[in-house]
Amino acid sequence: MTQTIVDIRDLYVQYRTFDGQAKVLNGVNLTVKKGEKVSIVGETACGKTTTVKSILRILAPQASIPRGEILFNGSDVLKMGYSELNKLRSSGASMIFQDPTMSLNPVFTIGEQMEAVIRYSGQSGVEQKSVRHELAVKALEETAMPDPERILQSYPFQLSGGMRQRVCIALSLATPRDLVIADEPTTNLDVTIQDQVLKILKQRVEAKGCSLILITHSFGVARETTDRIYVMYAGNMVETAPTQELFREPLHPYSRALMSCIPRLSGGGMAEGIPGRLSNYHNPPKGCRFAPRCPEAMPRCHEEKPESIDVGREHQVACFLYDKDGGK
Amino acid sequence: MILTWLKRLGTYLFVLLGLSVLIFIISRVAPGDPARIALGPRAPESVVQALREKMNLDKPYVVQYFLWLNDAIRLDLGDSLQSRRPVIEDIKEYLPATLEIVIIAGIWMIAWGLLLGILAAKFTGTWLDGVIRVFSYLGVVAPAFVWSIILMLVFAYVIPVFPSSGRISLGMAPPPRVTGMYTIDYLLAGNFAGFKDAFVHLILPAIGLTFGGIAQSARITRGTMVENSRKDYILAERAYGIPERKMLFKYLLKPSLIPTVSVTSLDIASIFGGAFLVEQLYNYPGLARYGMQAVLNKDLNAIAGVAMVLGCVFMIVNIIIDIIVARLDPRVRMLGGEN
Repeated sequence: MTQTIVDIRDLYVQYRTFDGQAKVLNGVNLTVKKGEKVSIVGETACGKTTTVKSILRILAPQASIPRGEILFNGSDVLKMGYSELNKLRSSGASMIFQDPTMSLNPVFTIGEQMEAVIRYSGQSGVEQKSVRHELAVKALEETAMPDPERILQSYPFQLSGGMRQRVCIALSLATPRDLVIADEPTTNLDVTIQDQVLKILKQRVEAKGCSLILITHSFGVARETTDRIYVMYAGNMVETAPTQELFREPLHPYSRALMSCIPRLSGGGMAEGIPGRLSNYHNPPKGCRFAPRCPEAMPRCHEEKPESIDVGREHQVACFLYDKDGGK
Repeated sequence: MILTWLKRLGTYLFVLLGLSVLIFIISRVAPGDPARIALGPRAPESVVQALREKMNLDKPYVVQYFLWLNDAIRLDLGDSLQSRRPVIEDIKEYLPATLEIVIIAGIWMIAWGLLLGILAAKFTGTWLDGVIRVFSYLGVVAPAFVWSIILMLVFAYVIPVFPSSGRISLGMAPPPRVTGMYTIDYLLAGNFAGFKDAFVHLILPAIGLTFGGIAQSARITRGTMVENSRKDYILAERAYGIPERKMLFKYLLKPSLIPTVSVTSLDIASIFGGAFLVEQLYNYPGLARYGMQAVLNKDLNAIAGVAMVLGCVFMIVNIIIDIIVARLDPRVRMLGGEN
């Protein structure tokens, strides 16, 4: 049995706002095994980033976690003290942010920033500057960066977006990790280099044998990069399945609707889109959060929250359509 | 890079030239006859006329300006009507005294402004943040002379720990003149008692001048740090397990310092402005008090001299601030501030 790196169980996260508590995460379940590449697909503001930020406990100060567990290598992140948490952050998991123009400190050189991260990674020998420098150069070389020495002396504003994102990838894998989290790493890049950056990310993660959580709103990106897909809607994981299986047979009405939004090269005009809007987090629907937009909603869907049901190997769906009791 | 600095220097010189025109116009347009004021109401008209000619007041304004500028460049600012000495001699005597106060005030202001700003940012939303906020509003609302009076009442009268007037105690001999700053000159002469005496005379007036600046730097530092602490790069650094203390004092502070440092030049200007009343209050023989008396007595040469010196000092402060900002911000340094 393969080792489980991350196991999120029934996680609830809410944000304090002027209008009261926004109940964003509504019982999220997610597991990532060692070496597995998993993606979370969903619309903007469905809670993807909140889910992964809670793994590193870097949520905004207004956020609170009333319920749930996040097990990282078996120990609960939410119960960790400062030093344990710092160990998780410095050598357990690392995160690549969406906007590479914002995720590097503008007044320090790339070298200063990489060496700081390496310095606190808990690896042996990193007290020496020469070791840190070597590791930084190696990490940049591995992400196919030309002239690493020059990059290390540059400030972020001197590099292009694609280069900065590659620096971020190098940073996240400069020292050994169990997990890399990439939050829409290519959304803010030019289309021409999105693919290149994605390939480098995938190749590095595979070479280091670590696990990957990739957040994206593009099924295409998810399909190319990851082994398994989580479909997220309004703070719930509505369906998860191995990539091929999900594309062959999406079960949840939301997954099916999302799939039909992908424009096809084989004609048929523009995709349709999903009617309705993402639900309001301050006053979310009582039952299934997708019910108000769901073409197949039953009376029960408006009353009860559907739990995840196993429908195949590694394939789970949270929908009453697949409940043995049916839609009573 | 060098070109950028040369350009900037050119701008400063141009501003200084503009300032000189402005000062000249104001001093000549203001009502009252300087020669008459100098000699008093009973002087015979012929004598007054002779002085007018000596001061070039009978010539056209443009000619007067260039005559004045020509002398000013050679540091000949004319004679003061009050002291009957060359203005430059008065400035040499009074400027170091004011600089002493302003330097101490500047250091005090930057230290407390940063400290309070960092504390307020670190403890955002707590009672400490609230206390610093209230203090900041008070610091901005009450002008320097109000603080000076309060300080004087408390620390020179109720609890008499600091002297309330002059540069040194009665009966002390001034140090041999080197820089004109008594604290430094006493130190150079090896007179530590004298240094201490001169230093305690500086404390109250210097601190009285800083409340507004402290308040402003603290607010700006706090605001920038709180704003930057939500940025992705800070989240990323936190997510990499960099210790909080290192984050606060290095990775968060450095990018957050830029706005604070930029407004410091304004704060130092306001310290000079406040000094006009505060030196008067502490009977401190500095340039600001000299300038104030010059204004009251319509001592044109002295007014022009003081204004030009303050202008130059302010330019130098600005250059220093620009250099610090360039040190802090690579974008300014490498793109020449165009971005």
